Amino acid sequence: MPHVVTDNCHLCRFTDCVAVCPVECFHSDEERTYIDPDVCIDCGACIPACPVHAIYETIDMPDDQRRWVAINADRSHALPVVYAKQDPLPTAAARRAELGY
Amino acid sequence: METVVESAVPAIQVAIVGAGPSGFYAAEALLRSGLPVRVDMIERLPTPFGLVRSGVAPDHPKLKEAILVYDRIARAPGFNFLGNVSVGRDVSVAELRATHHAVVFACGAETDRRMGIPGEDLSGSYTATEFVGWFNGHPDYRDRTFDLSQEAVAIVGQGNVAADVCRILAKPVAQLRTTDIADHALNALADSRVKEIHVIGRRGPVQAKFTTKELRELGEIVDCATLVDPADLALNAESEAELAHRSNVNGPGNLSLFRAFASRKAVFGRCTIWFRFHLSPAALIGDGHVEKMILARNLLEGVPFAQVARPTEEKIELPCGLVFRSIGYRGVPIPGLPFDESRGTVPHASGRVVDSTEMLEGLYVTGWLKRGPTGIIGTNRADSLETVQSLLAELPKICDREKPGVEALRPLLEGRGIRVLNYQNWLMLDAAEIDRGKPKGKPREKFTRIHEMLVVSLDSDMA
Repeated sequence: MPHVVTDNCHLCRFTDCVAVCPVECFHSDEERTYIDPDVCIDCGACIPACPVHAIYETIDMPDDQRRWVAINADRSHALPVVYAKQDPLPTAAARRAELGY
Repeated sequence: METVVESAVPAIQVAIVGAGPSGFYAAEALLRSGLPVRVDMIERLPTPFGLVRSGVAPDHPKLKEAILVYDRIARAPGFNFLGNVSVGRDVSVAELRATHHAVVFACGAETDRRMGIPGEDLSGSYTATEFVGWFNGHPDYRDRTFDLSQEAVAIVGQGNVAADVCRILAKPVAQLRTTDIADHALNALADSRVKEIHVIGRRGPVQAKFTTKELRELGEIVDCATLVDPADLALNAESEAELAHRSNVNGPGNLSLFRAFASRKAVFGRCTIWFRFHLSPAALIGDGHVEKMILARNLLEGVPFAQVARPTEEKIELPCGLVFRSIGYRGVPIPGLPFDESRGTVPHASGRVVDSTEMLEGLYVTGWLKRGPTGIIGTNRADSLETVQSLLAELPKICDREKPGVEALRPLLEGRGIRVLNYQNWLMLDAAEIDRGKPKGKPREKFTRIHEMLVVSLDSDMA
Protein backbone atom coordinates (compact mmCIF):
# COMPACT_ATOMS: atom_id res chain seq x y z
CA MET A 1 0.00 0.00 0.00
CA PRO A 2 1.90 3.09 -1.11
CA HIS A 3 2.06 6.25 0.93
CA VAL A 4 0.12 9.31 -0.21
CA VAL A 5 0.58 13.09 0.25
CA THR A 6 -2.75 14.67 1.18
CA ASP A 7 -4.29 18.13 1.69
CA ASN A 8 -1.92 19.69 4.20
CA CYS A 9 1.02 19.84 1.79
CA HIS A 10 -0.79 22.51 -0.24
CA LEU A 11 0.69 25.99 0.42
CA CYS A 12 3.53 24.39 2.44
CA ARG A 13 5.71 22.08 0.36
CA PHE A 14 8.22 21.66 3.18
CA THR A 15 9.94 18.72 1.39
CA ASP A 16 11.31 17.31 4.66
CA CYS A 17 9.89 14.08 3.25
CA VAL A 18 12.33 14.20 0.34
CA ALA A 19 15.30 14.33 2.74
CA VAL A 20 14.41 10.93 4.21
CA CYS A 21 13.01 9.05 1.24
CA PRO A 22 15.30 6.09 0.42
CA VAL A 23 14.09 5.78 -3.17
CA GLU A 24 13.36 9.34 -4.40
CA CYS A 25 9.69 8.79 -5.08
CA PHE A 26 8.61 12.40 -4.52
CA HIS A 27 7.59 14.61 -7.42
CA SER A 28 6.45 18.20 -7.18
CA ASP A 29 4.83 21.16 -8.90
CA GLU A 30 4.82 24.76 -7.68
CA GLU A 31 2.30 24.04 -4.95
CA ARG A 32 2.97 20.65 -3.34
CA THR A 33 4.49 17.18 -3.60
CA TYR A 34 3.18 13.82 -4.81
CA ILE A 35 4.40 10.26 -4.19
CA ASP A 36 4.88 7.93 -7.15
CA PRO A 37 3.14 4.73 -6.00
CA ASP A 38 5.22 2.64 -8.41
CA VAL A 39 8.46 3.66 -6.69
CA CYS A 40 7.38 4.01 -3.05
CA ILE A 41 8.60 1.03 -1.02
CA ASP A 42 6.33 1.69 1.98
CA CYS A 43 9.16 2.26 4.40
CA GLY A 44 7.16 4.97 6.21
CA ALA A 45 10.10 7.31 6.79
CA CYS A 46 8.20 10.28 5.35
CA ILE A 47 5.25 10.16 7.72
CA PRO A 48 6.97 11.51 10.85
CA ALA A 49 9.18 13.83 8.77
CA CYS A 50 6.31 16.03 7.55
CA PRO A 51 5.79 19.02 9.86
CA VAL A 52 2.08 19.14 9.00
CA HIS A 53 1.31 15.41 8.89
CA ALA A 54 0.32 15.48 5.25
CA ILE A 55 1.35 11.89 4.51
CA TYR A 56 -0.64 8.73 5.17
CA GLU A 57 -0.27 5.10 4.29
CA THR A 58 -3.22 4.21 2.05
CA ILE A 59 -4.76 1.90 4.64
CA ASP A 60 -4.76 4.59 7.36
CA MET A 61 -6.19 7.44 5.28
CA PRO A 62 -9.15 9.43 6.52
CA ASP A 63 -12.04 8.99 4.11
CA ASP A 64 -12.14 12.66 3.20
CA GLN A 65 -8.57 12.42 1.87
CA ARG A 66 -9.07 9.34 -0.33
CA ARG A 67 -9.15 11.30 -3.55
CA TRP A 68 -5.42 11.95 -3.07
CA VAL A 69 -4.58 8.33 -3.88
CA ALA A 70 -5.41 8.82 -7.55
CA ILE A 71 -4.08 12.38 -7.65
CA ASN A 72 -0.66 11.29 -6.33
CA ALA A 73 -0.48 8.54 -8.92
CA ASP A 74 -1.51 10.80 -11.83
CA ARG A 75 0.47 13.91 -10.94
CA SER A 76 3.67 12.09 -9.93
CA HIS A 77 3.85 10.46 -13.35
CA ALA A 78 3.62 13.86 -15.05
CA LEU A 79 6.08 15.82 -12.90
CA PRO A 80 9.84 15.76 -12.26
CA VAL A 81 11.45 14.04 -9.25
CA VAL A 82 12.56 16.18 -6.32
CA TYR A 83 16.10 15.08 -5.47
CA ALA A 84 16.81 17.26 -2.47
CA LYS A 85 15.00 19.17 0.20
CA GLN A 86 13.86 22.61 -0.99
CA ASP A 87 12.91 25.75 0.89
CA PRO A 88 9.24 25.71 1.87
CA LEU A 89 6.81 28.00 0.07
CA PRO A 90 6.47 31.57 1.43
CA THR A 91 2.99 30.64 2.67
CA ALA A 92 4.24 27.60 4.63
CA ALA A 93 4.62 29.18 8.08
CA ALA A 94 1.14 30.67 8.03
CA ARG A 95 -0.40 27.45 6.72
CA ARG A 96 1.36 25.40 9.39
CA ALA A 97 0.05 27.69 12.13
CA GLU A 98 -3.42 27.55 10.65
CA LEU A 99 -3.32 23.74 10.71
CA GLY A 100 -2.35 23.80 14.37
CA TYR A 101 1.21 22.44 14.16
CA MET B 1 37.33 -3.44 -13.58
CA GLU B 2 37.89 0.05 -12.31
CA THR B 3 35.96 3.06 -13.46
CA VAL B 4 38.44 5.83 -14.05
CA VAL B 5 37.35 9.43 -14.22
CA GLU B 6 39.64 11.30 -16.58
CA SER B 7 40.13 14.78 -15.28
CA ALA B 8 42.63 17.59 -15.59
CA VAL B 9 41.85 18.53 -11.99
CA PRO B 10 43.29 16.25 -9.28
CA ALA B 11 40.52 14.01 -7.98
CA ILE B 12 39.13 14.28 -4.47
CA GLN B 13 39.68 10.77 -3.12
CA VAL B 14 37.09 9.60 -0.60
CA ALA B 15 36.99 6.15 0.97
CA ILE B 16 33.69 5.00 2.47
CA VAL B 17 33.93 2.11 4.92
CA GLY B 18 30.73 0.07 4.83
CA ALA B 19 28.37 -0.69 1.93
CA GLY B 20 25.01 -0.31 3.65
CA PRO B 21 22.40 2.42 3.16
CA SER B 22 24.29 5.16 4.99
CA GLY B 23 27.43 4.46 2.94
CA PHE B 24 25.53 4.53 -0.33
CA TYR B 25 23.69 7.75 0.49
CA ALA B 26 27.06 9.33 1.37
CA ALA B 27 28.44 8.13 -1.98
CA GLU B 28 25.42 9.59 -3.75
CA ALA B 29 25.77 12.97 -2.07
CA LEU B 30 29.48 13.09 -2.95
CA LEU B 31 28.95 12.08 -6.59
CA ARG B 32 26.16 14.65 -6.98
CA SER B 33 28.32 17.47 -5.63
CA GLY B 34 29.51 18.34 -9.13
CA LEU B 35 33.11 18.13 -7.92
CA PRO B 36 35.74 15.67 -9.26
CA VAL B 37 35.18 13.09 -6.53
CA ARG B 38 36.30 9.45 -6.64
CA VAL B 39 34.44 7.25 -4.19
CA ASP B 40 35.94 3.92 -3.12
CA MET B 41 33.52 1.90 -1.02
CA ILE B 42 35.23 -0.70 1.18
CA GLU B 43 33.10 -3.53 2.60
CA ARG B 44 34.29 -6.42 4.75
CA LEU B 45 31.79 -8.87 3.30
CA PRO B 46 31.94 -9.94 -0.36
CA THR B 47 28.33 -8.70 -0.64
CA PRO B 48 27.15 -5.07 -0.38
CA PHE B 49 23.95 -3.46 0.97
CA GLY B 50 24.30 -3.97 4.72
CA LEU B 51 21.07 -4.46 6.64
CA VAL B 52 18.91 -4.06 3.56
CA ARG B 53 20.32 -7.44 2.52
CA SER B 54 20.79 -9.01 5.96
CA GLY B 55 18.45 -7.15 8.30
CA VAL B 56 15.18 -6.48 6.47
CA ALA B 57 12.98 -9.53 7.00
CA PRO B 58 12.56 -11.99 4.10
CA ASP B 59 8.79 -11.43 4.04
CA HIS B 60 9.29 -7.69 3.47
CA PRO B 61 10.65 -7.81 -0.07
CA LYS B 62 9.37 -4.35 -1.00
CA LEU B 63 11.75 -2.66 1.44
CA LYS B 64 14.64 -4.41 -0.28
CA GLU B 65 13.86 -2.48 -3.47
CA ALA B 66 16.03 0.28 -1.98
CA ILE B 67 18.84 -1.86 -3.46
CA LEU B 68 17.84 -0.60 -6.93
CA VAL B 69 18.94 2.87 -5.81
CA TYR B 70 22.26 1.56 -4.46
CA ASP B 71 22.87 -0.41 -7.66
CA ARG B 72 22.44 2.80 -9.68
CA ILE B 73 24.93 4.59 -7.43
CA ALA B 74 27.40 1.71 -7.68
CA ARG B 75 27.36 1.91 -11.49
CA ALA B 76 28.08 5.65 -11.53
CA PRO B 77 31.39 6.82 -13.01
CA GLY B 78 33.87 7.58 -10.24
CA PHE B 79 32.56 4.82 -7.92
CA ASN B 80 34.49 1.67 -7.05
CA PHE B 81 33.42 -1.21 -4.83
CA LEU B 82 36.09 -3.11 -2.90
CA GLY B 83 34.48 -6.12 -1.24
CA ASN B 84 36.03 -8.67 1.14
CA VAL B 85 38.27 -6.01 2.66
CA SER B 86 38.20 -5.44 6.41
CA VAL B 87 39.43 -2.07 7.69
CA GLY B 88 41.41 -2.79 10.85
CA ARG B 89 42.42 -6.29 9.73
CA ASP B 90 43.47 -5.90 6.07
CA VAL B 91 44.24 -2.18 5.97
CA SER B 92 44.56 0.40 8.72
CA VAL B 93 42.82 3.74 9.13
CA ALA B 94 46.26 5.39 8.95
CA GLU B 95 46.91 3.75 5.58
CA LEU B 96 43.55 4.95 4.25
CA ARG B 97 44.36 8.48 5.34
CA ALA B 98 47.53 8.22 3.24
CA THR B 99 45.75 7.00 0.10
CA HIS B 100 42.58 9.13 0.43
CA HIS B 101 41.76 12.72 1.37
CA ALA B 102 38.78 11.68 3.46
CA VAL B 103 37.45 8.50 5.04
CA VAL B 104 33.75 8.18 5.87
CA PHE B 105 32.90 5.41 8.35
CA ALA B 106 29.49 3.87 7.69
CA CYS B 107 30.04 0.59 9.50
CA GLY B 108 26.72 0.43 11.29
CA ALA B 109 26.12 -1.31 14.59
CA GLU B 110 27.15 -4.95 14.39
CA THR B 111 26.70 -6.10 17.96
CA ASP B 112 23.87 -5.76 20.45
CA ARG B 113 23.05 -4.25 23.81
CA ARG B 114 23.05 -6.67 26.71
CA MET B 115 20.33 -6.86 29.37
CA GLY B 116 23.03 -7.16 32.07
CA ILE B 117 21.19 -9.81 34.11
CA PRO B 118 22.26 -13.12 35.65
CA GLY B 119 21.79 -16.08 33.33
CA GLU B 120 21.93 -13.93 30.20
CA ASP B 121 24.44 -16.29 28.59
CA LEU B 122 22.59 -19.54 29.38
CA SER B 123 21.94 -21.85 26.49
CA GLY B 124 18.63 -20.79 24.96
CA SER B 125 19.30 -17.06 25.43
CA TYR B 126 20.01 -15.37 22.13
CA THR B 127 20.06 -11.95 20.51
CA ALA B 128 17.78 -10.63 17.80
CA THR B 129 20.95 -9.58 15.96
CA GLU B 130 22.15 -13.16 15.56
CA PHE B 131 18.70 -14.63 14.85
CA VAL B 132 17.96 -12.06 12.13
CA GLY B 133 21.46 -12.50 10.67
CA TRP B 134 20.96 -16.29 10.74
CA PHE B 135 17.63 -16.38 8.93
CA ASN B 136 18.86 -13.79 6.45
CA GLY B 137 21.90 -15.88 5.55
CA HIS B 138 24.60 -13.56 6.95
CA PRO B 139 27.90 -15.51 6.90
CA ASP B 140 28.81 -14.44 10.45
CA TYR B 141 25.75 -16.30 11.80
CA ARG B 142 25.60 -19.25 9.45
CA ASP B 143 26.51 -21.79 12.11
CA ARG B 144 24.36 -20.54 14.96
CA THR B 145 21.72 -22.95 16.20
CA PHE B 146 18.51 -22.00 17.96
CA ASP B 147 16.56 -24.45 20.10
CA LEU B 148 13.21 -24.22 18.33
CA SER B 149 11.94 -27.34 20.11
CA GLN B 150 10.91 -25.06 22.97
CA GLU B 151 7.23 -24.11 23.12
CA ALA B 152 7.47 -20.86 25.07
CA VAL B 153 9.58 -17.93 23.82
CA ALA B 154 10.26 -14.57 25.44
CA ILE B 155 11.27 -11.64 23.23
CA VAL B 156 12.58 -8.68 25.24
CA GLY B 157 11.91 -5.43 23.37
CA GLN B 158 8.99 -3.89 21.51
CA GLY B 159 10.49 -2.35 18.42
CA ASN B 160 10.31 -3.38 14.79
CA VAL B 161 13.24 -5.80 15.12
CA ALA B 162 11.36 -7.60 17.93
CA ALA B 163 8.33 -7.64 15.61
CA ASP B 164 10.44 -9.27 12.87
CA VAL B 165 11.72 -11.98 15.25
CA CYS B 166 8.19 -12.62 16.48
CA ARG B 167 6.71 -12.74 13.01
CA ILE B 168 9.27 -15.15 11.60
CA LEU B 169 8.68 -17.48 14.56
CA ALA B 170 4.89 -17.17 14.36
CA LYS B 171 4.16 -17.30 10.65
CA PRO B 172 3.29 -20.62 9.01
CA VAL B 173 6.47 -21.91 7.41
CA ALA B 174 4.65 -22.36 4.09
CA GLN B 175 4.48 -18.56 3.82
CA LEU B 176 8.26 -18.30 4.17
CA ARG B 177 9.11 -20.88 1.52
CA THR B 178 8.78 -18.41 -1.36
CA THR B 179 10.92 -15.70 0.24
CA ASP B 180 14.70 -15.23 0.21
CA ILE B 181 15.00 -16.66 3.74
CA ALA B 182 18.12 -18.85 4.00
CA ASP B 183 17.46 -22.55 3.43
CA HIS B 184 19.12 -23.65 6.67
CA ALA B 185 16.71 -21.39 8.59
CA LEU B 186 13.70 -22.58 6.63
CA ASN B 187 14.54 -26.19 7.49
CA ALA B 188 14.99 -25.38 11.18
CA LEU B 189 11.74 -23.37 11.30
CA ALA B 190 9.86 -26.22 9.62
CA ASP B 191 10.59 -28.30 12.74
CA SER B 192 9.79 -25.48 15.17
CA ARG B 193 7.53 -26.31 18.13
CA VAL B 194 7.20 -22.69 19.25
CA LYS B 195 3.57 -22.07 20.25
CA GLU B 196 3.58 -19.21 22.70
CA ILE B 197 5.52 -15.98 22.23
CA HIS B 198 5.74 -13.23 24.85
CA VAL B 199 6.84 -9.84 23.53
CA ILE B 200 7.90 -7.91 26.59
CA GLY B 201 8.32 -4.17 27.09
CA ARG B 202 9.52 -2.38 30.20
CA ARG B 203 7.10 0.51 29.73
CA GLY B 204 3.48 0.68 28.64
CA PRO B 205 1.53 0.24 25.39
CA VAL B 206 1.79 3.92 24.51
CA GLN B 207 5.60 3.76 24.69
CA ALA B 208 5.99 0.64 22.52
CA LYS B 209 8.33 1.45 19.65
CA PHE B 210 6.57 -0.57 16.94
CA THR B 211 5.39 1.30 13.90
CA THR B 212 1.64 0.70 13.62
CA LYS B 213 2.10 -1.02 10.28
CA GLU B 214 4.39 -3.68 11.80
CA LEU B 215 2.14 -4.20 14.83
CA ARG B 216 -0.92 -4.56 12.60
CA GLU B 217 0.93 -7.18 10.58
CA LEU B 218 1.48 -9.27 13.73
CA GLY B 219 -2.25 -9.14 14.38
CA GLU B 220 -2.93 -10.52 10.94
CA ILE B 221 -0.80 -13.68 11.11
CA VAL B 222 -2.86 -16.67 10.07
CA ASP B 223 -4.25 -18.85 12.86
CA CYS B 224 -2.35 -16.90 15.49
CA ALA B 225 -3.96 -15.10 18.45
CA THR B 226 -2.48 -11.75 19.53
CA LEU B 227 -3.40 -10.99 23.14
CA VAL B 228 -3.04 -8.21 25.70
CA ASP B 229 -4.04 -8.18 29.37
CA PRO B 230 -6.67 -5.40 29.67
CA ALA B 231 -5.09 -4.33 32.97
CA ASP B 232 -2.05 -3.15 30.99
CA LEU B 233 -4.21 -0.66 29.11
CA ALA B 234 -4.90 1.58 32.09
CA LEU B 235 -2.97 4.74 31.17
CA ASN B 236 -1.52 7.39 33.43
CA ALA B 237 -2.04 11.08 32.66
CA GLU B 238 1.43 11.39 31.14
CA SER B 239 0.73 8.58 28.67
CA GLU B 240 -2.61 10.19 27.76
CA ALA B 241 -0.70 13.40 27.06
CA GLU B 242 1.78 11.51 24.87
CA LEU B 243 -1.12 10.00 22.93
CA ALA B 244 -2.77 13.33 22.36
CA HIS B 245 0.35 15.06 21.09
CA ARG B 246 0.25 15.77 17.37
CA SER B 247 3.80 14.53 16.82
CA ASN B 248 2.92 11.04 18.04
CA VAL B 249 2.75 9.13 14.80
CA ASN B 250 2.41 5.53 16.00
CA GLY B 251 1.01 5.82 19.55
CA PRO B 252 -2.68 6.17 18.75
CA GLY B 253 -2.68 3.48 16.06
CA ASN B 254 -0.72 1.10 18.30
CA LEU B 255 -3.01 1.64 21.26
CA SER B 256 -6.06 1.03 19.12
CA LEU B 257 -4.55 -2.31 18.04
CA PHE B 258 -3.58 -3.26 21.60
CA ARG B 259 -7.16 -2.50 22.67
CA ALA B 260 -8.49 -4.79 19.97
CA PHE B 261 -6.04 -7.51 21.07
CA ALA B 262 -7.22 -7.11 24.70
CA SER B 263 -10.77 -7.85 23.72
CA ARG B 264 -9.87 -11.16 22.03
CA LYS B 265 -10.35 -14.33 23.95
CA ALA B 266 -7.45 -16.77 24.06
CA VAL B 267 -7.96 -19.23 21.25
CA PHE B 268 -6.26 -22.53 20.74
CA GLY B 269 -4.73 -21.84 17.39
CA ARG B 270 -1.38 -22.77 16.03
CA CYS B 271 0.32 -19.98 17.92
CA THR B 272 -0.31 -17.29 20.55
CA ILE B 273 1.46 -13.94 20.90
CA TRP B 274 1.18 -12.12 24.23
CA PHE B 275 2.17 -8.45 24.45
CA ARG B 276 3.37 -7.91 28.02
CA PHE B 277 4.00 -4.46 29.46
CA HIS B 278 5.62 -2.81 32.48
CA LEU B 279 8.05 -5.71 32.94
CA SER B 280 11.85 -5.80 32.96
CA PRO B 281 13.87 -9.03 32.95
CA ALA B 282 15.74 -9.49 36.25
CA ALA B 283 17.27 -12.95 35.71
CA LEU B 284 17.23 -16.05 33.55
CA ILE B 285 17.08 -19.28 35.53
CA GLY B 286 17.84 -22.81 34.43
CA ASP B 287 20.12 -25.80 34.80
CA GLY B 288 22.47 -25.22 31.87
CA HIS B 289 19.54 -24.11 29.70
CA VAL B 290 16.95 -21.35 30.19
CA GLU B 291 13.85 -22.67 31.96
CA LYS B 292 12.26 -19.47 33.17
CA MET B 293 12.64 -15.70 33.23
CA ILE B 294 12.20 -13.65 36.41
CA LEU B 295 10.73 -10.23 35.66
CA ALA B 296 10.26 -7.14 37.82
CA ARG B 297 7.03 -5.22 37.52
CA ASN B 298 7.64 -1.55 36.67
CA LEU B 299 5.98 1.75 37.36
CA LEU B 300 6.29 4.67 34.99
CA GLU B 301 7.80 7.88 36.31
CA GLY B 302 8.53 11.16 34.63
CA VAL B 303 7.10 13.70 32.27
CA PRO B 304 5.43 12.93 28.92
CA PHE B 305 7.92 11.62 26.33
CA ALA B 306 10.52 11.10 29.08
CA GLN B 307 8.80 8.51 31.26
CA VAL B 308 11.17 5.85 32.59
CA ALA B 309 10.45 2.40 33.99
CA ARG B 310 11.14 2.06 37.71
CA PRO B 311 11.19 -1.55 38.91
CA THR B 312 9.19 -2.38 42.02
CA GLU B 313 9.82 -5.28 44.42
CA GLU B 314 7.08 -7.31 42.74
CA LYS B 315 8.47 -10.17 40.67
CA ILE B 316 6.78 -12.56 38.30
CA GLU B 317 8.03 -15.79 36.77
CA LEU B 318 7.63 -16.62 33.11
CA PRO B 319 8.41 -20.23 32.15
CA CYS B 320 10.21 -20.18 28.80
CA GLY B 321 12.91 -22.14 27.02
CA LEU B 322 13.96 -19.57 24.45
CA VAL B 323 14.79 -15.91 24.97
CA PHE B 324 15.65 -13.25 22.37
CA ARG B 325 16.85 -9.88 23.54
CA SER B 326 15.94 -7.19 21.04
CA ILE B 327 16.85 -4.02 22.90
CA GLY B 328 19.04 -2.36 20.32
CA TYR B 329 21.99 -3.02 18.10
CA ARG B 330 25.30 -1.53 19.23
CA GLY B 331 28.35 -0.23 17.36
CA VAL B 332 31.73 -1.92 17.49
CA PRO B 333 34.89 0.15 18.10
CA ILE B 334 37.20 0.60 15.10
CA PRO B 335 40.96 0.48 15.77
CA GLY B 336 42.29 3.99 15.20
CA LEU B 337 39.01 5.79 15.94
CA PRO B 338 37.67 7.21 19.21
CA PHE B 339 34.60 5.44 20.60
CA ASP B 340 31.83 6.44 22.99
CA GLU B 341 31.41 3.31 25.12
CA SER B 342 28.19 4.49 26.73
CA ARG B 343 26.43 4.97 23.40
CA GLY B 344 28.26 2.52 21.15
CA THR B 345 28.99 5.28 18.63
CA VAL B 346 31.93 7.29 17.28
CA PRO B 347 31.92 10.79 18.75
CA HIS B 348 31.35 13.47 16.13
CA ALA B 349 30.31 17.02 15.35
CA SER B 350 27.88 17.05 12.40
CA GLY B 351 29.61 13.95 11.09
CA ARG B 352 33.22 15.06 11.64
CA VAL B 353 34.96 12.54 13.92
CA VAL B 354 36.03 14.19 17.19
CA ASP B 355 38.58 12.89 19.68
CA SER B 356 37.76 14.55 23.02
CA THR B 357 38.23 18.14 21.99
CA GLU B 358 40.28 17.60 18.86
CA MET B 359 38.68 17.04 15.45
CA LEU B 360 40.58 14.35 13.55
CA GLU B 361 41.21 15.70 10.12
CA GLY B 362 39.66 13.92 7.19
CA LEU B 363 37.68 11.37 9.20
CA TYR B 364 33.90 11.32 9.11
CA VAL B 365 31.10 9.10 10.33
CA THR B 366 27.53 8.46 9.21
CA GLY B 367 24.61 6.11 9.83
CA TRP B 368 24.12 4.03 12.97
CA LEU B 369 27.78 4.33 13.94
CA LYS B 370 27.16 8.08 14.15
CA ARG B 371 23.72 8.46 15.67
CA GLY B 372 23.04 5.09 17.27
CA PRO B 373 20.71 2.32 16.05
CA THR B 374 17.68 4.50 15.37
CA GLY B 375 15.47 5.24 12.41
CA ILE B 376 14.81 3.28 9.26
CA ILE B 377 16.38 2.99 5.84
CA GLY B 378 15.48 6.49 4.65
CA THR B 379 16.64 8.17 7.86
CA ASN B 380 20.18 7.58 6.64
CA ARG B 381 19.72 9.74 3.59
CA ALA B 382 19.42 13.00 5.53
CA ASP B 383 22.05 11.82 7.99
CA SER B 384 24.63 11.07 5.28
CA LEU B 385 23.87 14.35 3.58
CA GLU B 386 24.81 16.18 6.77
CA THR B 387 28.10 14.28 7.02
CA VAL B 388 28.95 14.91 3.36
CA GLN B 389 28.16 18.61 3.72
CA SER B 390 30.62 18.77 6.62
CA LEU B 391 33.20 17.00 4.47
CA LEU B 392 32.69 19.29 1.45
CA ALA B 393 32.97 22.36 3.67
CA GLU B 394 36.45 21.20 4.69
CA LEU B 395 37.82 20.42 1.24
CA PRO B 396 40.35 23.28 1.19
CA LYS B 397 41.80 21.93 4.43
CA ILE B 398 41.84 18.22 3.63
CA CYS B 399 42.79 18.44 -0.06
CA ASP B 400 46.06 20.27 0.37
CA ARG B 401 47.86 17.70 -1.78
CA GLU B 402 47.06 14.94 -4.27
CA LYS B 403 46.31 11.46 -3.02
CA PRO B 404 46.50 8.27 -5.11
CA GLY B 405 43.19 6.69 -4.01
CA VAL B 406 42.34 3.21 -5.22
CA GLU B 407 45.34 3.10 -7.57
CA ALA B 408 47.54 2.74 -4.48
CA LEU B 409 45.01 0.96 -2.26
CA ARG B 410 44.31 -1.97 -4.56
CA PRO B 411 48.01 -2.97 -5.04
CA LEU B 412 48.53 -2.58 -1.29
CA LEU B 413 45.71 -5.04 -0.58
CA GLU B 414 46.62 -7.49 -3.32
CA GLY B 415 50.23 -7.43 -2.14
CA ARG B 416 48.89 -8.72 1.18
CA GLY B 417 47.09 -11.58 -0.54
CA ILE B 418 43.63 -10.08 -0.04
CA ARG B 419 41.11 -11.19 -2.65
CA VAL B 420 39.42 -7.86 -3.48
CA LEU B 421 36.00 -8.18 -5.11
CA ASN B 422 34.72 -5.46 -7.43
CA TYR B 423 31.12 -4.64 -8.32
CA GLN B 424 31.13 -6.94 -11.35
CA ASN B 425 32.06 -9.80 -9.02
CA TRP B 426 29.03 -8.92 -6.89
CA LEU B 427 26.78 -8.90 -9.96
CA MET B 428 27.95 -12.43 -10.81
CA LEU B 429 27.18 -13.54 -7.24
CA ASP B 430 23.81 -11.80 -7.46
CA ALA B 431 22.92 -13.59 -10.70
CA ALA B 432 24.05 -16.91 -9.24
CA GLU B 433 21.87 -16.42 -6.16
CA ILE B 434 18.85 -15.62 -8.29
CA ASP B 435 19.51 -18.71 -10.44
CA ARG B 436 19.78 -20.96 -7.39
CA GLY B 437 16.47 -19.65 -6.08
CA LYS B 438 14.49 -20.41 -9.24
CA PRO B 439 13.99 -24.19 -8.85
CA LYS B 440 12.76 -23.53 -5.29
CA GLY B 441 10.36 -20.74 -6.21
CA LYS B 442 12.45 -18.28 -4.20
CA PRO B 443 13.62 -14.87 -5.44
CA ARG B 444 17.17 -15.99 -4.61
CA GLU B 445 19.05 -18.58 -2.59
CA LYS B 446 21.76 -16.64 -0.80
CA PHE B 447 25.31 -17.82 -0.44
CA THR B 448 25.95 -18.03 3.28
CA ARG B 449 29.66 -18.78 3.43
CA ILE B 450 32.49 -16.41 2.51
CA HIS B 451 34.44 -19.25 0.91
CA GLU B 452 31.58 -20.06 -1.47
CA MET B 453 31.22 -16.40 -2.41
CA LEU B 454 34.92 -16.10 -3.22
CA VAL B 455 34.92 -19.27 -5.32
CA VAL B 456 31.90 -18.15 -7.33
CA SER B 457 33.41 -14.72 -7.97
CA LEU B 458 36.75 -16.30 -8.86
CA ASP B 459 34.90 -18.27 -11.53
CA SER B 460 33.44 -15.04 -12.82
CA ASP B 461 36.87 -13.51 -13.30
CA MET B 462 37.94 -16.50 -15.33
CA ALA B 463 34.78 -16.44 -17.48
